[in-house]
Amino acid sequence: MSATGIGASVKRKEDFRFITGKGQYTADVNRHGQAHAYFLRSPHAHATIDAIDYAEALKMPGVCAIYTGKDLADDKIGGLICGWMIHSKDGSPMKAGGHPALAQGKVRYVGDHVAVIIADTLAEAKDAAEKINVSYGVLPANADTASAMTSATVHDVAPDNRVYDWHLGDKAATEAAFAKAAHVTKLDIINNRLVPNPMEPRAAVGEYEEGSGVFCLHTTSQNPHVARLVLSAFIGIAPENKLRVIAPDVGGGFGAKIFIYAEETVCVWAAKKVGRPVKWTADRTEAFLSDAHGRDHVSHAEMALDANNKIIGLRVKTTANLGAYLSTFSSSVPTYLYAPLLSGQYNIPAIYAEVDAVYTNTSPVDAYRGAGRPEATFLVERIVEVAARERGLDPAQFRQMNYITQFPHQTPLIFAYDAGDFNASMVKALDMADYKGVGARKAASAAKGKLRGIGFSSYIEACGIAPSAAVGSLGAGVGLWESAEVRVNAIGTVEVLTGSHSHGQGHETTFAQLVSDRLGIPIDNVSIVHGDTDKVQMGMGTYGSRSGAVGMSAISKALDKIEAKAKKVAGFVLEAADTDIEFKDGKFTVKGTDKTIDFGSVALQAYIAHKFTGAQLEPGLKEGAFYDPTNFTFPAGVHICEVEIDPDTGVTKIDRWTAVDDFGAVINPMIVEGQVHGGIAQGIGQALLEGAIYDKDGQLLTASYMDYTMPRADDLPSYKLGFTETRCPSNPLGIKGCGEAGAIAAPPAVINAITDALGHENIAMPATPQAVWRAAQKAVMKKAAE
Amino acid sequence: MPMIHMTVNGKAVKGHAEPRTLLVEFIRDTLRLTGTHVGCDTSQCGACVVHVDGHAIKSCTTLAVACEGAHVTTIEGLAHGTDLHPMQEAFREHHGLQCGYCTPGMIMSAVDMVNRKGHDLSEHTIREELEGNICRCTGYHNIVKAVAAGAKAMQGMAKAAE
Amino acid sequence: MYEFDYHRPGTLDAAVKLAGEADAKILAGGHTLIPTLKQRLAAPKHLVDLHALRELQGVHLKDGHLVIGAMTTHAHVADSALVKAHLPGLAQLAAGIGDPHVRHRGTIGGSVANNDPAADYPSAVLALNATITTNKRSITADDFFKGMFETALAEGEIITHISFPTGIKSGYAKFPNPASRYALVGVFVAQHGADARVAVTGAGANGVFRASTLEAALKGNFSAAALDGKSVSADGINSDMHADAAYRAHLIGVMAKRAVAAAH
Repeated sequence: MSATGIGASVKRKEDFRFITGKGQYTADVNRHGQAHAYFLRSPHAHATIDAIDYAEALKMPGVCAIYTGKDLADDKIGGLICGWMIHSKDGSPMKAGGHPALAQGKVRYVGDHVAVIIADTLAEAKDAAEKINVSYGVLPANADTASAMTSATVHDVAPDNRVYDWHLGDKAATEAAFAKAAHVTKLDIINNRLVPNPMEPRAAVGEYEEGSGVFCLHTTSQNPHVARLVLSAFIGIAPENKLRVIAPDVGGGFGAKIFIYAEETVCVWAAKKVGRPVKWTADRTEAFLSDAHGRDHVSHAEMALDANNKIIGLRVKTTANLGAYLSTFSSSVPTYLYAPLLSGQYNIPAIYAEVDAVYTNTSPVDAYRGAGRPEATFLVERIVEVAARERGLDPAQFRQMNYITQFPHQTPLIFAYDAGDFNASMVKALDMADYKGVGARKAASAAKGKLRGIGFSSYIEACGIAPSAAVGSLGAGVGLWESAEVRVNAIGTVEVLTGSHSHGQGHETTFAQLVSDRLGIPIDNVSIVHGDTDKVQMGMGTYGSRSGAVGMSAISKALDKIEAKAKKVAGFVLEAADTDIEFKDGKFTVKGTDKTIDFGSVALQAYIAHKFTGAQLEPGLKEGAFYDPTNFTFPAGVHICEVEIDPDTGVTKIDRWTAVDDFGAVINPMIVEGQVHGGIAQGIGQALLEGAIYDKDGQLLTASYMDYTMPRADDLPSYKLGFTETRCPSNPLGIKGCGEAGAIAAPPAVINAITDALGHENIAMPATPQAVWRAAQKAVMKKAAE
Repeated sequence: MPMIHMTVNGKAVKGHAEPRTLLVEFIRDTLRLTGTHVGCDTSQCGACVVHVDGHAIKSCTTLAVACEGAHVTTIEGLAHGTDLHPMQEAFREHHGLQCGYCTPGMIMSAVDMVNRKGHDLSEHTIREELEGNICRCTGYHNIVKAVAAGAKAMQGMAKAAE
Repeated sequence: MYEFDYHRPGTLDAAVKLAGEADAKILAGGHTLIPTLKQRLAAPKHLVDLHALRELQGVHLKDGHLVIGAMTTHAHVADSALVKAHLPGLAQLAAGIGDPHVRHRGTIGGSVANNDPAADYPSAVLALNATITTNKRSITADDFFKGMFETALAEGEIITHISFPTGIKSGYAKFPNPASRYALVGVFVAQHGADARVAVTGAGANGVFRASTLEAALKGNFSAAALDGKSVSADGINSDMHADAAYRAHLIGVMAKRAVAAAH
């Protein structure tokens, strides 16, 4: 392994600009003559808009324009879309209510977009916004998931607020399994609503160049090409060849920046109307109100065991809150990103899942780190833990005796797991966590008046979110391949254009490692270009832990083509057939001879083209590839959490965290470990700290860091990480993906540990000190009564 | 609009700004030093931390006009060309950043922490002292390692300067 | 923020004059006021910044009292050798306010004048029976705090310093709000001879208050054990999404014990 090749913990190439303050985020983009947009948002969760009077506001200092939904409609600008079609049990399509970028006649959640004020400065835009008089007809509102279907109608197209009622699995087989079960474990589970909170708030700068008729949008996006596609083909801003979308440095995404939102739509549209660049930057409260939220499921689950404690069936009924409108990929999250994972790591012959998705008067809900898979994992790993406890079994052993051990394994729910060794991860994790010593540690805690508990999570996820034909058959409106173009310059330096987008993942380093490794050139000679639709022709972006498995595989495929072409060039130079040329360590050699030429020289020969004619070979060295994998990837692992609870205050301290993950091949262990750390932190956040809370009128009570608990350094432990490796057989690099694992694995590990400490007293997420204190009181009383 | 004068990263600067202009707005919009970021509205996240007269403060909760005559150091003022400050180097070495958005505030806070608490910082101290800086990417694990290493390296810097 | 005129007077007299103007607000550390202005929840015409008033800064020992200037920052109090020697509980409280950056700007005078129900300082001022001195008069702590965000200060009246008696064993324990890190419950205990004063912040529906049942329990026996089994009624205690009244009332007992145990 070279110091900068595959498998090396290469320090990140992108870091220099970030640690010196030279990153260029969207909010750092300033254009001559730019105006500032401010969105007037609905203070009501549900209301008709009877009139908007902005005559006085228009006269305020600095104001260029004020637009409402009517202006968008007059310009025939289409609404925001949901790009994944889900059908209900009866075959009817999901009920998608209209989603205009500026409200038309009705607002459906607090923060919904009523009007945009464009002014010389942001302060002037805000001053003017206060002069707008909106007549609202306030309607009954509902924010609650469980009661959504009996609440006031959010969209006329769905009178009972049900977007779809969907199911997956063999109902009859599952019923039969339960009929012969020796034991049934039942559990009610809420997966709490989260706000993604990348530290960079969303922002947009829209521009229009009159001479060429080209729009340009700088935006905080994880997938600028998808943004361009949607803004062009569906919203109708401009044809794709007249719309450039740039996602420069992006300060974290976690899913929330996949989607195409009202604000960027309005900024780019309005730039032409006002004849000036239009800039918008969210403040944090706007981010809380208008970024798509995550999770928010209410479920009931039942697990059937036979007399030997083998799991023989699982049935699940889930209600998923999708908020007031269907966000870009929202419909897929509680369906195909969720239910197929309900088999977990276990050999379960029969599973049946039903999902009702509902509208409520809340911010739209869509993919957030893990997207569906954390919800599935939480459900499976909680009910498995409870089942083990009910049967008096060691929770690790119960898992081990139900693990899938043969691969490939076809689950009852779509997926064919292609490779894994679940038990290897468990064995390693038990050892690293010193599971044998937990009894002694519990006693030591008890002696201090503290409660100690240990919790497991044996998770599996489906990543890559591809192949295209497969997702197409499940309702996706797009293909989920990835593209790459490798441009070799005449002196042998390389630019790689990728459709993946880096917003913290370190692609500029890992992708360069692959290229450096393959071409035998210094890593500094490789530049990664991404995030600009004028540079990269097309791409599907970064989410679903897909950049390694799919994005890098596309680069690998392009590199295959580069190598093939370079061999031809080398053949002409070395006067040998290209089939006789070997390429190794950056050198082309005629087999069995010492005739050799290095990569840089071949590149030069490709461009000067003196050694071959145009009829023999095209000059130049540039190749592109589109890569579509043959299967999803299935990262899996075991996380073990150990907590110590102060029963006097209910404070839960995470004392130890052990994670053993199988991500297949790893390009840069340092970066992979960083991804695991961050994921676990978000998972712990969900379990202990975070939760979006609405009041009964649909006001978001947790709309700033004063009330929404973000994990801070002193809330979290250091983590102990280990890895096992079974290579992924469905892509050339053997990569499974690592970006979401921690967020998927962590929540059940934490809650299993807390409930272990509390003597199995159940507790909801987030397990705040107050909730834990209450449960601890109950546990103590229960113990006293026994 | 009043004219505001400061010394920023060792350079005398001035600019017109309304009294309601925040220090972070003056730094970003007037001086066009965009390394200082804004991540919240309630003084919690710390993306905007700069040093004013030697102390780390939140530039989103300070008026520019109140810093008339002050010495301000921003993230852009730490390195000398490609010669990184030891704390910057430690963040790179220990992978203490991912998306980079909170990083300038983290590094400015870390340098201030060392100035106040010395070079031998325990994990507990570092985690407590980072109360005013929120990171969403790293889970803090590597930030803690970076700050500890950077603190030690700053001792080396102090010695080298002697 | 709305527009305002900014003033930075060089003398207390000038500051008092400006602060007396209609719609004037005093800017101390600004860590409550500026976020409020940013949210457009206040619209002062004049902002009177006290940072140029050197005489309002610093800690002195005078006649057995620690005299802390109103514009002294939390960081200064936390690090002050005088405070650490004479009222370590107060230094400990100051060291736990907000975060390091907030402590570099926030001031004792600003905190006390604002009387945020979740601020730390009011509990120390009340438990230590400090005296608040303004440009006009001196006010004892018992007369100063009048309820949530309410004090005895008149419009335009400026706190110049706060004077704390010394030689008192005292301690502070805070249970922070997990999100904001303000006090969900903060308890400051102080031993005044045989008597004890216990002041609670964060929990009272009406701001900082003295917990008389706990004071009675500590009378003559200033020990954590004296608080065993003692509780505070949940009546008049705050209830919100972070903590209901019963939990807060329970935490008052727990924090009081921890404050006594930590007192010296």
